[in-house]
Amino acid sequence: MKKLFVLGALAAMLASGTALADTSGKKIAFSNNYAGNSWRQAMLDSYGIVTKKAVADKVVGAADIFTTADKEVPTQAAQVQNLILQGYDAIVINSASPDALNGAIKQACDAGITVVSFDGTVTEPCAYRVVVDFKDMGKQEVEQMAKFQPKGGNLLEIRGLAGTSIDDAIHAGILEGVAAHPEFKIVGSVTGDWDQTTAQKAVATILPSLPDVVGIVDQGGDGYGAAQAFAAAGKPRPTIIMGNRQDELQWWKEQKDKDGYKTWSASIAPGVSSLAFWVAQQVLDGRTDIPHDLLVPYLAFTQDDFEAELPKIVKGGVASHEYTQEDAIAAIKANIK
Amino acid sequence: MRPEMTAASLDTTARSSAERGALARARLLRGLLPALSLALVLLAIAWLNPRAISYFGFSLMLNLAIPIALATIAQMFVIAGNELDLSIGTFVGFVGCVTATWLKDAPLIGVAILLGSIGVYALLGALIHLRNLPSIVVTLGMSFVWQGLAILVLPKPGGKAPDWLLAFMAFKPPFVPFPIIAALLIGLIVHFGLMRTSYGVILRGSGGNPAALGRAGWSLLKTKIVLFALAGLFGVLSGMALIGITTSADANIGNGYTLLAIAGVILGGGEFVGGRVSPIGAVIGALTLALAASPLLTFMHIPPDWQVAANGAILIIVLAARVLISRRER
Repeated sequence: MKKLFVLGALAAMLASGTALADTSGKKIAFSNNYAGNSWRQAMLDSYGIVTKKAVADKVVGAADIFTTADKEVPTQAAQVQNLILQGYDAIVINSASPDALNGAIKQACDAGITVVSFDGTVTEPCAYRVVVDFKDMGKQEVEQMAKFQPKGGNLLEIRGLAGTSIDDAIHAGILEGVAAHPEFKIVGSVTGDWDQTTAQKAVATILPSLPDVVGIVDQGGDGYGAAQAFAAAGKPRPTIIMGNRQDELQWWKEQKDKDGYKTWSASIAPGVSSLAFWVAQQVLDGRTDIPHDLLVPYLAFTQDDFEAELPKIVKGGVASHEYTQEDAIAAIKANIK
Repeated sequence: MRPEMTAASLDTTARSSAERGALARARLLRGLLPALSLALVLLAIAWLNPRAISYFGFSLMLNLAIPIALATIAQMFVIAGNELDLSIGTFVGFVGCVTATWLKDAPLIGVAILLGSIGVYALLGALIHLRNLPSIVVTLGMSFVWQGLAILVLPKPGGKAPDWLLAFMAFKPPFVPFPIIAALLIGLIVHFGLMRTSYGVILRGSGGNPAALGRAGWSLLKTKIVLFALAGLFGVLSGMALIGITTSADANIGNGYTLLAIAGVILGGGEFVGGRVSPIGAVIGALTLALAASPLLTFMHIPPDWQVAANGAILIIVLAARVLISRRER
């Protein structure tokens, strides 16, 4: 009996080809804890587009989305436990807390379920983490600034939501960039909370006390507000790094059409959810060489390609990108090195 | 509210025996309703996902219901005293943060803080009684205090539950899943204390008919302090149980418990008029809510856009059934 089983397993392995297991019968669940802003909506949309196609193409058996009613940790922990009971093979998760879901995540791993976290990642070692390289994004902002303002000068920094790892990482990258470009000096720093209105108020408040600034380095969602504050104060318009929001790119286009204004834009694509999905699929595919911490690139636009993207973004939305299986394989390869 | 209450109870004694029989049947129905709704939700789950009805399934589905049941019992004590506690959720979060930090690193200080917080609860009871303040206002204020303290203790998510607590919450008894045993124990112990002892009667009476109790010479200040201290005690147990399951804490971890606990008490046969509560019903109510809100919803495969609304709809349906039946009593 046992022999027969081993033989059967062997035959199945041979039939399905070399290292690749068949994932067409596998079920992947998406545990989400919040759907109440444009970024999250775009995240769900991207995930839905990619997974619907994957299911139709029989790449995976099912890819269902579960959103909890509130941002509460216990609710999402219970949700993960229910997904375990539902018999999913993998759970893609945007977690309400980096630590407080670890108990449920560990239970999922113990039940043989692959867990891939992104955006709101989890610290439980058995899970995979798809992390955007925010530090490099901060560094690139200064690199790009050096191209537009070769003479250097004073910079204003707009920071994100205090106490988050994202704000920390981008800030560290910016500091690193400034260290590499001593011609720049950060003369002021305000908190914009990734929100145009908050950023506009904060910049307007600090403006009178600032010397002339040549550029603004920020975290996305705050560029348009900063531009408004400078316009209202009648100050010359600096080079403002943008963050892929529709209003930001729209403003950039207006300025470009007027006098050839140049800048650069970067942010995390909400479609990173689809990348996490493909990573889960790859793990289910039997790949064992995938690192548990995957650093993936951010989404950036330059002077030449942002106008092509602009019409695709809904008003009030943010630029996204649906990742493909090839993108995921490439990202995994880049992380194995 | 209270004069009507006394009038109503006088009425009851004057009713004929036939009416009394009908009333008793309605009472029985009311008593059975929590168990009935739990059975319904369980049946629905069994139908949607038979795999969930197993030792493993019950352990997973119900373990997060234990902290909710404890928070519900805490709320029940306050409601028994004809008050309402809007701070129990953030209090549970505060206890969770203390459990994941002080209680692990410096157990003595941790225990002292937790005992102190029960003391604060007792003082709140005294304050509400002595100054005749509305408990909703006082506890709403306290909810921000607890939240603030929780963020002070644990500015960003993290910490770790003490090992003994992790081991206790992961306990796997033979045959019957741990959460079921825990729920039974909680229900029975509180039932005995509040429904079967003479001081339990006094405690309930202090909410149902404080004037009579006061005239009979009982200290209403003392009963209010005891009720609030018990609420604090069960709040502490709830926070510790929660962290024992999640393994690490977050300052916002308990925020949703305030309303869940109130709904659990009402679903379990309690009423807002004070004195009329049922500990076993409250535990069953908490389990029902926990099951209806999460596993049932997950197993139903509702499109994501509708999940949030469906969660609310399930709660309303469950609570509406409770109201319909208790109306037949009148």
